[in-house]
Amino acid sequence: MEYEAVIGLEVHVQLKTKSKMFCGCATEFGAEPNTHVCPVCLGYPGVLPVMNEEAVRKTILTGLMIGSEIAEFSKWDRKNYFYPDMPKNYQISQYDLPLCLHGTVEIRLDGGQTRKIGITRAHLEEDVAKNIHFETTSGVDFNRAGTPLMEIVSEPDLRSPEEAFAYLTALKEILMSGDVSDCDMEKGQLRCDSNISVRPVGQKEFGEKVEIKNMNTISGVRRALAYEIQRQTAALQKGEKVSQETRRWDDAAGRTFVMRTKEYAHDYRYFPEPDLMPVVVGEELVAEVRRLLPELPETRRQRFVKQYGLPEYDAGVLVADGALATFYERAAHGAQNPKAIANWVMTELLGKLGEAKTTISECPIKPEGLAELVDLIDSNQISGKIGKEVFAEMFTGGKTPSDIVREKGWVQVSDTGALEALVEQAIAGNPKSVADFRAGNQAAINFLKGQVMKLSKGKANPQVAGEILLRKLNN
Amino acid sequence: MSLHTLTIHQLREKLRRGECSAREATQSLLDRIQGIDGKLKAYLWLNPEDALAQADAIDRSGVARDGKLLGGVPIAIKDLINVEGQPCACASKILKGHTSVYDAFVIQRLRDAGAVLLGRTNMDEFAMGSSTENSSWGITHNPWDLERIPGGSSGGSAAAVAGDEAFAALGSDTGGSIRQPAALCGCVGLKPSYGRVSRYGLVAFASSLDQIGPFTKTVADCALMMRVLAGHDRCDSTSVPQPVPDYTAALNKGVKGLRIGLPKEYFIDGMDREVEAAVRGAIQRLQSLGAEVVEISLPHTDYAVAVYYLIATAEASANLARFDGVRYGARVTGEDVIDMYGKTRGAGFGPEVKRRIILGTYALSAGYYDAYYLRAQKVRTLIRQDFEKAFQQCDVILTPTSPEVAFRIGEKADDPLKMYLSDIFTIGANLGGICGVSLPCGFTKSPRLPIGLQVLGKPLDEETILRVGHTYEQATEWHKERPTL
Repeated sequence: MEYEAVIGLEVHVQLKTKSKMFCGCATEFGAEPNTHVCPVCLGYPGVLPVMNEEAVRKTILTGLMIGSEIAEFSKWDRKNYFYPDMPKNYQISQYDLPLCLHGTVEIRLDGGQTRKIGITRAHLEEDVAKNIHFETTSGVDFNRAGTPLMEIVSEPDLRSPEEAFAYLTALKEILMSGDVSDCDMEKGQLRCDSNISVRPVGQKEFGEKVEIKNMNTISGVRRALAYEIQRQTAALQKGEKVSQETRRWDDAAGRTFVMRTKEYAHDYRYFPEPDLMPVVVGEELVAEVRRLLPELPETRRQRFVKQYGLPEYDAGVLVADGALATFYERAAHGAQNPKAIANWVMTELLGKLGEAKTTISECPIKPEGLAELVDLIDSNQISGKIGKEVFAEMFTGGKTPSDIVREKGWVQVSDTGALEALVEQAIAGNPKSVADFRAGNQAAINFLKGQVMKLSKGKANPQVAGEILLRKLNN
Repeated sequence: MSLHTLTIHQLREKLRRGECSAREATQSLLDRIQGIDGKLKAYLWLNPEDALAQADAIDRSGVARDGKLLGGVPIAIKDLINVEGQPCACASKILKGHTSVYDAFVIQRLRDAGAVLLGRTNMDEFAMGSSTENSSWGITHNPWDLERIPGGSSGGSAAAVAGDEAFAALGSDTGGSIRQPAALCGCVGLKPSYGRVSRYGLVAFASSLDQIGPFTKTVADCALMMRVLAGHDRCDSTSVPQPVPDYTAALNKGVKGLRIGLPKEYFIDGMDREVEAAVRGAIQRLQSLGAEVVEISLPHTDYAVAVYYLIATAEASANLARFDGVRYGARVTGEDVIDMYGKTRGAGFGPEVKRRIILGTYALSAGYYDAYYLRAQKVRTLIRQDFEKAFQQCDVILTPTSPEVAFRIGEKADDPLKMYLSDIFTIGANLGGICGVSLPCGFTKSPRLPIGLQVLGKPLDEETILRVGHTYEQATEWHKERPTL
């Protein structure tokens, strides 16, 4: 019998706000433990929460990007459970009246075809602290506690690990395009849990649902789901039942382990948060947020292909990071050769950023600078080889390419008088190659051309130098 | 004449004239406390050096002589309002040794007004009780009869003011915890409308019901305290932004033409005869001063206690979850973290607190939520609507504050339900979000124990209840009576 998987994803996204969800503490990542804390986010006796309006805006923006209905009236609820990473032992969340209802995310599969994945809801809550385990004791770092956290729940529309991968990629691109979150999974800015069941193809009812936690990368999600499909399918084939439970993915072991069974499921005893007023979202606020709507990644990808004549692949790479795409657009704006700029961004720029372990937003090279560099090459003022050196200088010094070329004296030599002298020097110094060429070995000219470039320290215009060389050899 | 017997107004007059200093006022209270608090046990914590140092600073700055509302006036604070640097244990073992790291909004207001923060008063643990017998640190005694309870949960604050151990005190009222002890100790206690006074810094019992309010010796002092305490606070999302009127200015407008509503459901069989007689006497007195009396109905009154004990305990079950031994307060170590929680909370909370946490947890549990919590919320709406309708017919509502006077220590300790009924007349105001004040309106004959009159007003209409209370007080002598200690 053939089986198919039914997958739904719950994605938690840390919102990119200056301060926490219910207090004024900074949301900065990587600070010394327990330095971004106050009585409110530590859950001290007597404190009260105050809602971060920017987090509400970012959630509304997300809703607009994924085509949700924005609730006119939503509210806060307390989700009760005890754990040391929970300062109050309840989390302020949204239970039955979330800010965003319904929506879709379009995913693009390997073959190029697209599918629409339904969104059930998106709501806002506060993140918990981080438990750190030492040899015999444990510590809690409350810096993360209270960071605005948005939960986006998908419909059970995904049918394979690849679709789940494509969904997370698409969602991440959308969130980054709206500057809602940086979505850095390594920093825990984007986290994902999955519900997965398996059923015989053709069966309408869902199989027993298993929740999987602790998948820390998008590819980890793909691996975990692939494992789980195989595990559940094997069980069904053997005539066993899949039991409804929560399992933990162990990436190193490459398998999932039971965390808790249905009988031990939490009763969260949700009830309306009496310390906060309901959130009433007026048309004005929605209109105000709507003005911030960015172009969605899929639309942008198609536009890049059309407007800049880029291959689909290039457009995909650039648009995957909204900030990179914006950088590209600023560089390519009005440029003669947008494809060449794309090449520079995708190879040299991404390479350098990777080496320097930094991001495009902290890139020392300005888009205008890159455009100028490509112009210098295209107009034969410098060679492509020198171009790479200029690029490296720009990355460290932040100077403009023309300044660097001038200071270093790297201007390409196209002056025939100067080049003729170098050509003659090369001919005089390499009689064997000259003889080879004259004897009919056409390839020998490349060696001579290389000698001219060497003598010019790379500054000779290779095309002009080649023409002079050919003329002199044929004389 | 000893300074400690003065009202705030009298003390301020002396300070303004330079006839006494803030240090002398503070010292006078410290002497009084030294003399009688062994009998009353109203205070849990006192730091004479710190209190005198605050007073000295106020004297040096000249604040005591200038126009600040409470310049140089020492105030006692219920042990569940945070004062930076002072203990805040909510009379619970679970917060033993906990020192506040910040000031509550009302404490900032008191400091700004020039008050001396004198000490911490006893209460029922986490404000859960009506007699102050649920304190982890011992019972507070009623100044009129040391064999009797002072009411609760703010019993320490009420006894301190009635026993001349403070000029005023702060309490909190979730179901009557200011008004009932004020009535039983013979002083004035006001529960503001929900949202009128910021809750920031008040350790929460039931967030949708809690309000901080003052205990004073007179209604005029109460108005003065409310001018200091009331106002919007952006740190409390449930605090209302409406401007605060000058409560003092409205006091002398009289009651002519004012409509007093008497809820028929409140004058019930089984009420203490002397209490009923005293309240009826007060109503007649106000009529003779020009007020009109109308009978009103609050048809859902019978459900108030049940609704209250579902909503308050549900909220409390979450509010008290943070006391887990992880970040502050007492910790009992265990095998693992779950064991530590159990042992810490098992040892830290007293029996009444545990009872309410369990009740509230049950009311919110899957399968019971709709029948208990949700239904209670719906009936709460009906109770609020009862008040809205009633206030279309009248300006204030008059009732006894408590169906009886102070009872004996231990008398109801074994019967929680009987204890819960002590708040039958006060709970409605919390559920409805309206304001209410209790003031003395007579005494029982033997033993001589104070009786409280409750004046309830529309949301944010503290002005009118203070005016009614002041008019009555000016026409009577009850507030001048003091216990012999």
